Amino acid sequence: MTQSAVAPAETSTGRGGPGRSSRASSRRRMFLIALIFLAPALLLLGALVAYPIVYTVVRSFFDASGGQFVGFDNYVEMFTRDSTFTAIRNNIIWVIVAPVTCTILGLIFAVLLDRIRWATAFKLIIFMPMAISMLAAGVIFRMMFQENPNLGVVNAALVGINSWFTDESAYPGANVRADSGLIVQGGTIASDGAVEPGTEQNFPLVGIRADSIPEEAAQAEEPGSAGSDEITGTVWLDVIRGGGGENGEIEDGKSGLPGIRVDAVADDGSIAASAETDAEGQYQITGLADGSYTIALPASNFTQGYQGVNWLGETLITAVIILSYVWIWAGFAMIMIASGLSAIDRSLQEAARMDGASEWKVFTKITAPLLSPVIIVVFVTLIINVLKIFDLVYVIPPGSSKPAANVIAVEMWTVSFGGGNNQGLGSALALLLLILVLPSMIINVRRFREERSR
Amino acid sequence: MTGADLTIVRGKKTVGQRILGVFNNSIVNVVFVLVALFWLVPSVGLLLSSLRTVGDSASSGWWTVFTEPTQLTLENYAALLSNDTITGSFWNTILIAVPTTFFVVLFGSLAGYAFAWMEFPGRDWLLIAVIILLAVPIQVGLIPIARMFGALGIFGSILGVVLFHIAFGLPFAIFLMRNFFTQIPSELLEAARLDGASDLRIFLTVIVPLGVPAIASLAIFQFLWTWNDMLVALIFSNSQSQPLTVAIQSQLRQFGANIDVLSTGAFISMIIPLIVFFAFQRYFVQALLAGSQR
Repeated sequence: MTQSAVAPAETSTGRGGPGRSSRASSRRRMFLIALIFLAPALLLLGALVAYPIVYTVVRSFFDASGGQFVGFDNYVEMFTRDSTFTAIRNNIIWVIVAPVTCTILGLIFAVLLDRIRWATAFKLIIFMPMAISMLAAGVIFRMMFQENPNLGVVNAALVGINSWFTDESAYPGANVRADSGLIVQGGTIASDGAVEPGTEQNFPLVGIRADSIPEEAAQAEEPGSAGSDEITGTVWLDVIRGGGGENGEIEDGKSGLPGIRVDAVADDGSIAASAETDAEGQYQITGLADGSYTIALPASNFTQGYQGVNWLGETLITAVIILSYVWIWAGFAMIMIASGLSAIDRSLQEAARMDGASEWKVFTKITAPLLSPVIIVVFVTLIINVLKIFDLVYVIPPGSSKPAANVIAVEMWTVSFGGGNNQGLGSALALLLLILVLPSMIINVRRFREERSR
Repeated sequence: MTGADLTIVRGKKTVGQRILGVFNNSIVNVVFVLVALFWLVPSVGLLLSSLRTVGDSASSGWWTVFTEPTQLTLENYAALLSNDTITGSFWNTILIAVPTTFFVVLFGSLAGYAFAWMEFPGRDWLLIAVIILLAVPIQVGLIPIARMFGALGIFGSILGVVLFHIAFGLPFAIFLMRNFFTQIPSELLEAARLDGASDLRIFLTVIVPLGVPAIASLAIFQFLWTWNDMLVALIFSNSQSQPLTVAIQSQLRQFGANIDVLSTGAFISMIIPLIVFFAFQRYFVQALLAGSQR
């Protein structure tokens, strides 16, 4: 609260006549008028805010339906129930992580703002999420963090960056026909039985989606002739688009599968040599000693490449929701701190700079201490706000990770309105929230009294 | 600062410092551009998603519109605007947010005036009570008020939602108005009182005109708060009286299949707050600065 309250001037002096009775009646009149001004607000506050506090306290000592006094049972249940315990634990994580992150980001933005010419535009961009509902923000973040990299922008970016560094040509879902004479084991496709150098081993594959075939793939060709220390063959997609053709035969319209690694596995299980298929699907393993080999297409050819992170799963869901919160509230911290900053006398910093103090020194020794009151206000406001967080946690997690993302406010809603139908436990949870914000109430009252006494 | 001053200040820096300064600033600029882009991605993503068909959204991401702009269509908006549930809930949102804002401002400034400029026994204690209520979480009110409204027969009605919002908006409103009104110079009020003006007259002719900026701040803050609320409406409204937020959240269960309704609905729900925000952001900031510990 940067706006300092000025104590009202005494207004009663010089009012009313000198006579006692007239002063008394004027006082009564004043009181009546004040009551009229206050009545609507006090009625609503009394009936809908003050009375519910009392009711909630009483209700928290009764059972689910409210008929029976149960003492502290609801409070015991609150700390022993799994879902409630998760909620309290998550709230602690929230309170530790979210306000600090928002405040630090806000501080960095606010302090560096005057280094850029487009500060106003930047402020608007960062601050804008404050105006929209947490529901809309929740929909946005749930969309962004979808697991499928074709749909969620975050995973799309991760997969995109990843494919820059690793050159994979994967054929997920590849399989063989039952009558092909090939075997599939643990994802690896291999020849059934031994192959000797100087012979050929073909791999007609099926089950590969058209969009995972790379552009350079060409019409499959018969394998080249194998030398005495070579094994050759072709790996192709044994399907003609639009149908037709004979299974297991290399025919017009069947595509070679380039980039597949082919291993010649010796009897002892070691890889003797390997090769890679070309655009026509042909491979040629050379330099083989006499003996028999199993020709295998290792599973790495067919496993899905990097598919991003399961953001909305149980482990990361709270981190994602906190991120969405930071997206909304960092702007609040920035605006508050920036206005505190503008109230600071710049000449101090200038003087320190003249004396040769580094920017970091100026910040830690002068700017930060002067800003500490407003930083504390921001921090406390965010803590109170985070304790009551509801909408984002209600909206972002898909059903399966809802339990893992639970917080007190959501738990309170679930047990008392969202199917739990236990308003005794719900009241206890509401009271827990009230107790958690109690310190801030005390701070508010104390600050008010200090202002009055000044 | 004149040009001459600038050269003097620059002259005191060494060449190295000057290079460092430029370097730092350009780094700051680059970082801030990246941050701003990051901050824009969510909103842009939502807007673009709302402009694609559900089929497109199920098979590819919104960023593909940059390479295939032909995907863009207003279909979803047309569908949603002819959807009675959505248009009905849009009106409900207005019917909830506007009266709430009006009465919070009215009752809040009346009480704020009494606390700032009237003498009556127990004034300070009452004010402290209001300040205590400032931080009461709305969760405390949910169960008792649901019961009370049930008994009164207004559970599930717009009236109930509005009453709840007014009550929980009042502590902040009173606090904000009282703080602002106490800053009005007492001479103005004294002069009016000497002229024999009644308190109501002083309130209407002196306080309200001078308090327009504070009233605007409060009104915008309360309007955005009520417009964006989901929790209160989730409990206190029914299918006839639900606002936009509740109507949209009911589609969440099948997120993928309803992405068209969700993204378009979310964007429609954002339009009015964004207009209000961009038009009056100065007042909104003022309300935040004046203390928003709720």
